Amino acid sequence: MNNKKTKFEIKDLDLYYGDFQALKKVGIDIYEREITALIGPSGCGKSTFLRTLNRMNDLIPGTRIKGQVKFDNKDIYDKDTDVIGLRKKVGMVFQKPNPFPKSIYDNITFGPRIHGIREKNRLDEITESTLKEVGLWNEVKDRLNKSALGLSGGQQQRLCIARCLAVEPEVLLMDEPTSALDPVATSRIEALLQDLAKKYTIVIVTHNMQQAGRVSGYTSFFLTGEIIETGLTEKIFSVPENKKTEEYISGRFG
Amino acid sequence: MATRPKMDEELKEINKKVIEMAALIEETIRSSIKSLKEKDVELARKIIDGDEKIDDMEDEINSDCFKFLATQSPLAGDLRYCISIMKMIRDLERIGDHCEDLAKYTLRLESQEYYKELIDIPRMADMAARMVSNAIRAFVEKDLRMARKVWKSDEEVDELFRYIYEEQLDIAEKNTENARTAISFAFVAAHLERIADYATNICEETVFSLEGRYRMAL
Ligand SMILES: Nc1ncnc2c1ncn2[C@@H]1O[C@H](COP(=O)(O)OP(=O)(O)O)[C@@H](O)[C@H]1O
Ligand SMILES: [Mg+2]
Repeated sequence: MNNKKTKFEIKDLDLYYGDFQALKKVGIDIYEREITALIGPSGCGKSTFLRTLNRMNDLIPGTRIKGQVKFDNKDIYDKDTDVIGLRKKVGMVFQKPNPFPKSIYDNITFGPRIHGIREKNRLDEITESTLKEVGLWNEVKDRLNKSALGLSGGQQQRLCIARCLAVEPEVLLMDEPTSALDPVATSRIEALLQDLAKKYTIVIVTHNMQQAGRVSGYTSFFLTGEIIETGLTEKIFSVPENKKTEEYISGRFG
Repeated sequence: MATRPKMDEELKEINKKVIEMAALIEETIRSSIKSLKEKDVELARKIIDGDEKIDDMEDEINSDCFKFLATQSPLAGDLRYCISIMKMIRDLERIGDHCEDLAKYTLRLESQEYYKELIDIPRMADMAARMVSNAIRAFVEKDLRMARKVWKSDEEVDELFRYIYEEQLDIAEKNTENARTAISFAFVAAHLERIADYATNICEETVFSLEGRYRMAL
């Protein structure tokens, strides 16, 4: 049907928080260098699903998982998986910008340092290139040693994206990355996403239908832990196949 | 529980106006044929004057749809519906223009003696008018089957048009003093043929609105 490379291949994925089943037989292919949007009402399991992609749910006690999550054809839930390495390749950006209460420079170089990069020149280089990648360099180059908390919300979110990029990931997971931002800052992030998608695979959770329509190539609709429909975004928002999808994107429930 | 009261209310309002406009068009088609058949000059003048009202209705619905798109950001079925309406009212407006042209033929033919009683033209007019009515009904009632049926019936109108055209050509050739009238009748038939075509457009819009694709064959 298409010749895109599948970055994540998920099949029959169940996830339980204790007795509660938060994901039910979830299956989806996520294509490389595409933006995939996850939509659905609150509590349907979008964030939970996102966290399964870099095993962040491992950090939540009582979580059990069944099924298959293949990343580059290898199941990330196999025993021999290098979870630290996986999270380096699959970074996460959250809803509320959450820079460390440190300098801009330290925010960016935090990850690379953990992964063993020590040379000042190299760290400087990474700082400049990632800040340029997110369009923040000109705005902050004269205040790299100032606190990241002095930046505006939109700038902080771009910094958080830059912080992810600093460890050279392949995939960016974004959980409602603009829901705390104003429209201008939101537009800048959306434009940035288009740019980043040339290099990275992006999975974004959004509650904003128009945003999903604007930025993503594929959209997946979640409802009570299940995927109801996945398809080309233009198709989902113009001629969805499932009645539930239609009702949700038309604001008839949710 | 209404989750989108404003959106539903606006859609309902647009729908109401479309039905009003459609009713006016249906009436106009029938009147324009009546005026021609009965040489009712007064009725013809009324039709010509009434075209402005149809244009205004189109403008109004268009601007309603435009505002609806701008403020409600409809998606999927709602979006398709709104787009179909914008295209459909354009077709209705054009049908109105054709009716106005038909009425002008009444004025033009007023002083001419019809060399025979009009039979095929009113028959064709009736077919076209019914196609428009049914096409509109299919749209409003979301009736795919009817839309396809109406769409298909355009063939009959086309056939009748070819027949009338040949017939009038024949009359004009054989009898030059009737040529003027014959050519007018051929044009009248051509207008009716166009009206039927617009009815098929409306059927296509119905299929698009309901199914998201322009696939007429069943
Ligand atoms: N740590 C947790 N422990 C128990 N239940 C959880 C936990 N996190 C989420 N849930 C439940 O799982 C379901 C899915 O939550 P979540 O993935 O956050 O949904 P979404 O991101 O779509 O709003 C919800 O019913 C939520 O209450
Ligand atoms: Mg969430």
